Amino acid sequence: MSRKVLWAVALAVGALLVAPTAAFAQDPTLDETISSLNTLWVVIAGVLVMFMQAGFAFLEIGFSRMKNAGAGIAKILVNFSIASIAYWAVGFALAFGGAGAIAGDHGFFLNVSGDPAQAASQIPLLDVASISPAALLFFQFVFCAVSLAIVWGTTLERIKFVAYVIYAIVFSALIYPVISHWIFGGGWLQANLGMQDFAGSTVVHLIGATGALAALLLLGARRGKYGSDGKARPIPGHSMPLVGLGVLILWLGWFGFNPGSTLGALGNRFAEVALVTNLAAAAGVIAAVSTMYLMRKTIDIGMAGNGAIAGLVAITAPSGYVEFWAAPIIGAVAGVVVVLGVLAIERYLDDPVGALSAHGLAGIVGTLCCGIFTSPRLAELNGVGDPGLWYSGSFHQLGVQALGIAVAFATVFVVSYAVFGAMKYTIGLRVTPDEEDAGLDISEHGMYGYPEQFIPQPEYPGAASGPLPVGQPAIGAAAATMTADAK
Amino acid sequence: MKKIEAFIRHEAFEPIRTELLDRGFPSLSIGEVKGSGRQKGVVESYRGSTLTVNVRPKLKLEVVVEDKDKGLVVETILRHARTGEIGDGKIFVLPVEEAIRIRTGEEGETVLQAHEEEEVPA
Repeated sequence: MSRKVLWAVALAVGALLVAPTAAFAQDPTLDETISSLNTLWVVIAGVLVMFMQAGFAFLEIGFSRMKNAGAGIAKILVNFSIASIAYWAVGFALAFGGAGAIAGDHGFFLNVSGDPAQAASQIPLLDVASISPAALLFFQFVFCAVSLAIVWGTTLERIKFVAYVIYAIVFSALIYPVISHWIFGGGWLQANLGMQDFAGSTVVHLIGATGALAALLLLGARRGKYGSDGKARPIPGHSMPLVGLGVLILWLGWFGFNPGSTLGALGNRFAEVALVTNLAAAAGVIAAVSTMYLMRKTIDIGMAGNGAIAGLVAITAPSGYVEFWAAPIIGAVAGVVVVLGVLAIERYLDDPVGALSAHGLAGIVGTLCCGIFTSPRLAELNGVGDPGLWYSGSFHQLGVQALGIAVAFATVFVVSYAVFGAMKYTIGLRVTPDEEDAGLDISEHGMYGYPEQFIPQPEYPGAASGPLPVGQPAIGAAAATMTADAK
Repeated sequence: MKKIEAFIRHEAFEPIRTELLDRGFPSLSIGEVKGSGRQKGVVESYRGSTLTVNVRPKLKLEVVVEDKDKGLVVETILRHARTGEIGDGKIFVLPVEEAIRIRTGEEGETVLQAHEEEEVPA
């Protein structure tokens, strides 16, 4: 090593040693340290929730046929990206930029490079949660993206790609932010009525499923789903291993979703929420598998996955409000409801992944469970609403929860139906029957998700090539060389 | 005895199968095949480059019937498989020399269709 390089290394090391002392001329205060700790946890939780996009992608692709496998990837990537920009530009301000009853009005195109106190004055939630504004925006955005991903579960294998683009903008800039302001951001349902929804059984899951219902009603069923006699026929998805992978990724992501909604690490509440979440998911699987076995004498793979999701969705609202013992009960109820829901809805509506049941019905179950199982200790800790029926003997909180569900459902349904309806009668919502038969991969994206399934080997470029140009070894010779090398 | 081989669109199969079953012809075979014809192939665009696949997926349907039933089966296929567009496919009728049921060793036209015995549930 030359002397010059040694000098450079010595200088760099010296600079590194000096830099921290320079940056923290004064030691960080306790408040700053707490804020950093909380911010660290919220960003990690947000990253886990972002990974749920992979869960949705695999879950939906596994429940699709091979000819529609690639479309799901393009959808998730484009949707998530559009929502990222729209939520930062508009959505976050409506949701958290002020304590108005209907919507916030500060923080469009959020820029908080300056004074944290000034940012906190614009974003009331930051007075309560001691985290950086960027962490709050990122964490709330990934929730919006989860809710948006839920919408498309009912629309697989037949919707036009352009519908994703248009609805993603409306949803992440308007629909989700307004509802989340009402219930998360200090809006009228939370502040005036005391509706409890810790991490979004209603805000995220029910309204995602509501958008899904609006889209499905306008789209109609996939070709071949209902026979000429009107009876439903299953259209099996092509990969149960992918469904399983998706479910497990979602389950993992939920440990960011619920425990992260503490918006802080201090006090260790997040660990309790994580345990509550896991208990409910486990009970959801057991209940769904058992219900299916009692009804059909099969241990259904897809229903096991639906059970896990239903348990997780149902515990999302109560996760910060209930004690450990209530979690398995809530998860089990959701596990039974999701099976009955899928079997009942299947007869009339073509919902390929069971989103209406696993996110919609289970979201309703979870939100109502707050009104039953919320403990006095935790209602007080969160400062929202009253203890549930089990402790107080009063139906008040249950009534508030039911009202909140009805309001959120009605609002989102009307707006979504209008948006999808406008698309249907202008640019069209659904691909042509020919395109649907060929599959969205080739008709919408021009390529196959699984090419070898559709392109025979002899058709591959190179496989059926003519005589080789002079000077190149024949394929057999190349193979012989490789064998020789291996020796 | 005649063997009827039809190359059809996938979506034509289910109505054909249902009607043949109703008319007493439960026995048939299908295979997923790929072939070329006047209907052009599929052009794929893979990461910006185009790739022409010169064959398209079709369904090959095979039914062996007594000579007298040939017309009925052909007519059924024609009715359900014809859309009028290029790519509807073709029907070929071939003579069959022998037919043997493996389970019993029976020979001749009795093994072809119209099963009198009870159907075995799947």
